[in-house]
Amino acid sequence: MKIRHAIPIWAAFVALAFAAPVSAQNAPIDESTPNGLIRSIVSDVMASIKADPEIQKGNIARVVDLVEKKIVPYTDMRRTTEMSMGPNWRKATPEQQTQLIAEFKTLLIRTYSGALSQVRDQTVQYKALRAAPTDTEVIVRTVVLGRGDPIPLDYRLEKTPSGWKVYDINVLGVWLVENYRNQFTNQINQNGIDGLIAFLKERNKMLASARPGN
Amino acid sequence: MKHAIRRVFIAVLSVSMIGCATIPAGTQPSAHDPWESFNRSVFSFNEGLDTYVLKPVTTGYRYVVPSVARDGINNFFGNYNDIYSALNQLLQGNPGLAAKGLMRVVVNTVFGLGGFIDMATPGGLPKHKADFGQTFGVWGIPSGPYVVLPFFGPSSVRDTFGTAADIETDYLLRLLPDVALRNSLTGLRIVNARNNYYQAGDLLEGAALDKYSFVRDGYIQRRQYQIEQSKAGDDDEDSTRPFQNPYE
Repeated sequence: MKIRHAIPIWAAFVALAFAAPVSAQNAPIDESTPNGLIRSIVSDVMASIKADPEIQKGNIARVVDLVEKKIVPYTDMRRTTEMSMGPNWRKATPEQQTQLIAEFKTLLIRTYSGALSQVRDQTVQYKALRAAPTDTEVIVRTVVLGRGDPIPLDYRLEKTPSGWKVYDINVLGVWLVENYRNQFTNQINQNGIDGLIAFLKERNKMLASARPGN
Repeated sequence: MKHAIRRVFIAVLSVSMIGCATIPAGTQPSAHDPWESFNRSVFSFNEGLDTYVLKPVTTGYRYVVPSVARDGINNFFGNYNDIYSALNQLLQGNPGLAAKGLMRVVVNTVFGLGGFIDMATPGGLPKHKADFGQTFGVWGIPSGPYVVLPFFGPSSVRDTFGTAADIETDYLLRLLPDVALRNSLTGLRIVNARNNYYQAGDLLEGAALDKYSFVRDGYIQRRQYQIEQSKAGDDDEDSTRPFQNPYE
């Protein structure tokens, strides 16, 4: 019943990266500080999962719904995609950029939502925030403890006009954006930006159909 | 040390008979991976081994052995491993973590039924895994090129020596007098390790656009992170580097 410690990079990203904004029934999300934000989001998401037997059984549609409602609003997928594309971003047309953002987001959610359904009774430790009050870029460091090895989990947030947003996540020492940058570059070198978009679409279709919910 | 290294090299040589894999067109060469062609072929070999042998066995294991027992087995090997983690923490110059590691072993062995129950983690003594490859890294030995080892998977030149050192000093693996018991324990240990990785493995299939480079880049980042963490000392005394955005 517990999380296999094999949750690494992937699990954490969707589950814990983004938090619950406006959902009325739970405690209000603390948007005043980046660590407060992460803390309240993580608590909210974990509470929601624990309270929902459907999710724990592996109902992917429910997980995706949870992620869309409680996590995505606090992310900046545009920035995540832009950084993962590196110099290729500027070579993409606005139309391609929109598609890339959408497909990448779907890939991340579909890929990692299965791991979210594995959340049980983990506890999360928050390390002291090392940032000046005027910083607009911050790293929030946490550690997930449960059965198995502790999993260090860090978030990169930026301050936008609409509040703090997460744009990158680090599990067990691996930053998501850095890892995907190489993946995207190689795909683009082989097949161009349209090729990358097509590849992502294919992959998302495959993930959507192959989902038996563990 | 010589035995383990020799075995690893023999394994690497035999796998290299498979020949070099072609690198997909357009792939950016990685500065960390000058032996990419060779590594890709070992990687495919490992993938085949996993698909046709290791994963099916582990699936059977999951089916047959109840979850409580699987956790117990995992805790048992984890506890045993904690001894070596403590040793390596000491070698890395982290006596505090070494002492805590030993406490873990004592608590889990005495109160956790010989290591089958992890009492230490909920008791405030989390795991701090350390191996010889990390230790060599903390000592300043650079990692050298990325290497995929047959069976063991992602590694580096330095970490290969680390793995050899881990094997040479491992009592259960090498020094236990009863060969039959030693072999059974080794087999169980392998399946346990694969089981820990079970769901992540499936995730990887979906997440990676190119599994080989995804695993490689993740491995390299992770090792660097582990070594930096160890150099920074105990958990709470993080390095005081201010955040620098590497993307600008």
